[in-house]
Order: sequence, then C-alpha cells, then structure tokens
Amino acid sequence: MDITSWLDYGFMRSALVAILIITPLFGLLGTMIVNKKMAYFSDALGHSALTGIAVGVVCGIPDTTISMVIFAVFFALLLNKIGSMNMASTDTIISVFSSCSVAIGLAILSKGGNFSKYSSILVGDVLSITTKEIGYLLVIFLVTIVFWGVAFNRLNAICIHRALAKSKQIPVHLIENIFAVLVALIVTLSIKWVGILIINALLILPAASARNISVNMREYHLFSLIFAVFSGVLGLFVSYYTNVATGPMIVILASVIYFVTFIYGRTKK
Amino acid sequence: MRKIIEPCGFHCIKVNHLGVEFSDQVVLRDINLHIHCGTLNAVIGRNGAGKSTLIRAILGDIAHTGDIEFRDTKDGRMAKLKIGYVPQTVNIEKNTPVSVYDLIASYESSYPVFLPKRRQVYEKVKKALAVFEAQDLIDKQVCNLSGGELQRVLLSMAIMDEPNLLLLDEPVSGIDQNGMELFYKTMDYLKRNYDLAIILISHDLDYVAKYADKVILIDQTVAKQGSAKEVFNSPEFAKVFLAGDKENWIGEEEK
Repeated sequence: MDITSWLDYGFMRSALVAILIITPLFGLLGTMIVNKKMAYFSDALGHSALTGIAVGVVCGIPDTTISMVIFAVFFALLLNKIGSMNMASTDTIISVFSSCSVAIGLAILSKGGNFSKYSSILVGDVLSITTKEIGYLLVIFLVTIVFWGVAFNRLNAICIHRALAKSKQIPVHLIENIFAVLVALIVTLSIKWVGILIINALLILPAASARNISVNMREYHLFSLIFAVFSGVLGLFVSYYTNVATGPMIVILASVIYFVTFIYGRTKK
Repeated sequence: MRKIIEPCGFHCIKVNHLGVEFSDQVVLRDINLHIHCGTLNAVIGRNGAGKSTLIRAILGDIAHTGDIEFRDTKDGRMAKLKIGYVPQTVNIEKNTPVSVYDLIASYESSYPVFLPKRRQVYEKVKKALAVFEAQDLIDKQVCNLSGGELQRVLLSMAIMDEPNLLLLDEPVSGIDQNGMELFYKTMDYLKRNYDLAIILISHDLDYVAKYADKVILIDQTVAKQGSAKEVFNSPEFAKVFLAGDKENWIGEEEK
C-alpha cells in the first residue's frame, strides 16, 4: 500500500487543502466558544443552516449558500441579543428558537417528499469541494486571523468579567457581535463539507481537549490547533482507506483525543 | 515599587440625583454623594437596599438617571473620571487555562495573550502585582488562587492605570479574619499613598467603624451619610439595622 497514493486524486488534494484551512479555524474559535460556554449557541447556528437553505428555496435564490449565510448571521445576532438580555434561562430560549427554526427548515425542505436531495448536508462531503469554494474559505480564514490578533484579548476580558471589561472601555457588544457573526460565517461556509450533525463537535472537541491539559492561553491555543489539524488530516487519510465519510471519522478521532487528554489531565493533577 | 502620589485633597467626585429603575421598579432614587480623594467611603445597608446597584451605576454598567462629575476644587476644572473596579469574583471556573498574566494582559495590553509572552508586557504586569506583593503569582492559574490572592491580583489590576476612584465590594468568600484586617489595612494604605477615592461596599460594621472616613447608609436612597459615629448613632441606622431582624445582613452576600 502506497501511503501517498490518496494524494494522486485531485479531489483528495482539494479536500486536504480545505481541511488545512477549516480545522485551524475551528481550533481557534473553539477556544473562545468553550471558555464562553457558547457550545449551545454554535450548535443552534449549525442547525439554522437548514432554515437558511429553506429560506433560499422559498425565495427562489439559486445559490442557497447566500441565503444560508444571511440567515445564520441574522440568527447569530438575534441569539446574542437574547443572551445579553440577562434572562435566567438563556439556554432554554436558544433551544426554543433553534428547534423552531430547524422545524421550519425541515418542513419546507421535506415538502413534496424531496428531503433526500438535501440530506447530504447533514453529514457533509469534503471530497466535493471546488477551488472557488476553497477561495471563500481562505478569505474567511484571513479575516479570522486578523480579528483574532486584534480582538482576542478583549474577548477574553469580556469572558472573564463583563462589567470589568466595560470599565476598561472595551466595546463589549460590538466585539461579541463580531465574534458571533464570524462564527456564523465559518459554520455556514464549512457546513457543506463537514455536515450539520457533526460541525459543533469539531468546534468544541479540540478546544475541550486542549483545556484538559493546558494551564495558560498559549498552551490552550497551541494544543487546540494541533488537535484540530491532526484529527482533521488523519481523519481524511483514514476515511480514504476505510471508505467512511470524512466528517464522522474526524469527529471520532477528535473524541478519542478528548478522552485521552481527559484521563491524562486527571492523573496529572 | 511604583511612584507614590500624595493625595492632593482637591479632587472630588459628585454624584447628582442618581436613580436606577429596573422595568418600572425603582431600585435607587435621588442619590447625592460628594466624595473626596484620599478618603475611604463605606457603603452599608441591608440586603437588597441597592448597594451593588449603586456601584454598577457609577461604573456605567447599568443605565441610570442623574450624573456623575469629577472636579478639581482648586480651579473648578472638570476632568474625565477614571474608575478602577474590583469585582468580588471573576468568571473563571476550575481548569480554565487562564494564568494571572493572561488575566491582566487581556485587559491591559493589546498584544495577544495567545502568542509567546512579550517581556515588556510581562514586566509591566509583574510590576503592578508587586504593589500588593503578588508578583510570584504571575504564572499561576487564576482558578487555583485563594480568595485573598485573587483579591490582590484584581486590586493590582484596578490601580494599574491610576484611577481617581476605586470601586469595590468587601471580599466575602475565602478570606479569614486576618485576611480581612489585611484587606482594610491595604485600603488604608491605598488612600494614603495614591491620589484616589475609594467607595467600598461593606458588610462588617466593626471594620467600617475603624477604617472608614465616611459612611453612606443606603436604603433605596441615601438614608444617612457622615462619619461612622454620626451614622451609627442615627435613628435611620437604628431603623435599618437594629429593628428586629438583625441577622438579616450578617454573613449574607448580596448578588
């Protein structure tokens, strides 16, 4: 068995490039999503993709990616607004909105028994990515890197104590909204390749694993990035030889890393 | 150690007709305060009297009516009020990978904390921590600090950009009697050696009597203010603290 034979195929090379762009992004954003306890939020965003597609279909937009992105951005800002209203049961309210939007999406898409046409989005297929779509990912990658460099400290400050951040003249709402929009963009732009059912796992797992074994922000980021890229590339490689869908394979590997780091973190302390 | 600035006694902070309402419920009304630099001002009152709300309103965290001015009484000049705030606790739970350096640098520096530490920022943080002899904590995880250590770290950060006003809650958790004495001694040291005024929410009337220059009794509005003696002997104080349920405020913390 030739270990590099999988790279002979153009679609595998594209998939590899896509994964090398998506996974570091997920590793980065995941650190803040986990610290800010937004796992539920990003999950709801992933599910909103269905509604976004449905809206696109209803409005007759040929490229449903556009309607999906617009809807997710709107949904992210709405969820942020709800979160900042300081109600006790934010998670319940997010859940209500999320289920409602998923139900509407499913209802519209399944009308006339056509849902199977869209079922690929549930699992995702990174092997079908085109060069143009890699271009989109690259743009959002660069935007995220810049945002992270400029705003990460502030995000972290807000996460640690909102009132304290405000007292230091940090624009709390603006930064939180930009972050939410960024998460929405990345989730919707990569959902076709990763799949609704597992996208949140990919956002959360590398950071959660890194958290098990890190003591400061530098280790946290480094480990999160390494775990994300490692499980992504290895997942693609293994899925090629085992003929299993790539997304689930990546998540399985990321979960294994989580359990290993969890046990390691426990024994160390 | 940092350069010590003598309190000049000429700066003052005036709170005029401050009021706060939460969805039609009046929490605070017509609060008028006059705070001088170099003084420790203790805010007391029973649970739910609006003490924390007052702090948050002054901080600008919640919307309020009325205004807050900062004035130089020598020449009447208005200036921008810089506030240092010390929260009672931070939102960092067990196993959070945030070190003391990460915590302070996130607020005080724009150099990303996820990149390798920059010596300049590190030294700045260390110097600030040294004011409260907390420099050895710099690489510790925040979630592993004791209550007293966290307090010192947060205090160090609060005075980093030389505030005119320090707002804080008396620590209630993780601090023993010695720690409490130390805390009030620190407050005393701060007001004597820095050009700032302190507004402190306090639950322990013995310490208030011993250290506060001015006591402000809050019960939706300023029920009584003045020296500790004046306030403690006033009928308003008796009404709040001595009428019946004295246990109400002891050892309880306000959300």
